[in-house]
Amino acid sequence: MSDDESAVQDAGFDEWIDAAESGEAYALECPNGHGSLPPRRVCPDCGATDLEEVSLPDTGEIETFTVTHVPTPAFEEDAPYATAIARFGPVRLTGQVVGTDLETVENGLEVEVEITVSETTGERVLGFSPA
Amino acid sequence: MRDVRVAGAGLTAFGHVPERTSRDLFAEASITAFEDSGVSREDVEALLYGNFMGELSEHQGHHGPLMAEAAGVQAPATRYESACASSGTAVRDAVMRIRNGEDDVVLVGGAERMTNLGTAGATEALAIAADDLWEVRAGMTFPGAYALMAQAYFDEYGGEHEDLAHIAVKNHENALSNEKAQYQSAIEIDDVLEAPPVSEPLGLYDSCPISDGAAAVVLVSDDYADENDLDAPVRISGTGQGGDRMALHDREFLARSPAARDAGEEAYADAGIDASDVDVAEVHDCFTIAEVLAIEALDLESVGEGISAARDGRTTADGDTPVNLSGGLKAKGHPVGATGVSQIAELADLLSGEHPNSEFVADATTGVAHNAGGTVASATVHVLEVMD
Repeated sequence: MSDDESAVQDAGFDEWIDAAESGEAYALECPNGHGSLPPRRVCPDCGATDLEEVSLPDTGEIETFTVTHVPTPAFEEDAPYATAIARFGPVRLTGQVVGTDLETVENGLEVEVEITVSETTGERVLGFSPA
Repeated sequence: MRDVRVAGAGLTAFGHVPERTSRDLFAEASITAFEDSGVSREDVEALLYGNFMGELSEHQGHHGPLMAEAAGVQAPATRYESACASSGTAVRDAVMRIRNGEDDVVLVGGAERMTNLGTAGATEALAIAADDLWEVRAGMTFPGAYALMAQAYFDEYGGEHEDLAHIAVKNHENALSNEKAQYQSAIEIDDVLEAPPVSEPLGLYDSCPISDGAAAVVLVSDDYADENDLDAPVRISGTGQGGDRMALHDREFLARSPAARDAGEEAYADAGIDASDVDVAEVHDCFTIAEVLAIEALDLESVGEGISAARDGRTTADGDTPVNLSGGLKAKGHPVGATGVSQIAELADLLSGEHPNSEFVADATTGVAHNAGGTVASATVHVLEVMD
């Protein structure tokens, strides 16, 4: 991939990462209260097209997690690392748990969204840190 | 409605042959399938072909015509891609084409070349079955996704790694007599528990290998089978497909696979059977936990009970409903695009008495094949029945 290509952003997604970096992570919500993540024009649950940005709660809760030892090449130098699914209001997010020892990650752990950086590629990564 | 019969099947050995192209692998499988079927290549009206990662592993798209050529078939050909359920979806469309009278003879197959990518490269390639933006970029791998499902299962219903280890031990045991299997070696519970971790709780022996291989089946209408006096005693009597949200975190239940449940219910209804009629199953055990989710989705076990099925001997070769007598993906191997068709091939052999493990299901009449894509955002289920 050339430098020019790698500079191209993913509209909707990169804005979300920008917002999350500023502590303003959001979900999309339809009139029926279904949450989803961008880029999105149609509610995947009910087909509604008037989606609204709603702020995510400051903290979420880890519902399940795993410690990955065999990563993809993009995370080669990051392994082992914990990947968790956490509930934030109307949506769940998948993220890498940072800012704590792997042994302390547990279900129910209260976390906030923290945009971190891959040690391997320097790319921004959706992460969770203990609240 | 016209009936669909399995006229012949062919598999390459599954394993580590990084230098072999997918066109060569598929050619071999197709030759065996044609020889087994007694069907002439010139009667084939369509090739439906499953492949997942050809762009990444071989820098090759547009597989359909390439594979028709490799098989020596002059017929329109289409590639099916639904991650690890790629060739399951191809089987389903072939069944519908034959039933509705469009075709009498369809070659269905799949192949995957994976080991040339190495472990890291194959891990990266498999990960594209997940949501790139919201899962893969956060570092989720494919084993990682199934590890999340395993953890969620343990939390919801109980169970532990040792229960999963019994599944790996069972499937290795089943593969001992399968000359096509990648692993024909017995393992012990401790081998599984002490293996290097991949994504906790799953370790190396909870995971299917990275495999090269191909599979092909020749499916025909009952009219064609009768007219040509074919020996084709196994029919595909039910087909179903289910879908779900792409990302695991968007599923209501992290430890269930509703897409497979929907596919199973549709296939059972289509065949006019229910789960209690199933004598033998080939299910998509890409990881040990996946077999648990599969047998629960197929209603062979109640939700929350599947975890103990192998340990307590209900799904072992001498159990009530043997699961993965071929060795499953775990021991037979998982050349992704070939897997769905290979399950049909193994099941047809098991039911017709031609499989080395047929002795365990000598009275079986009904089998089910379950093929899953991604974290089961795609699933197909087929019911096979042997005729009297």
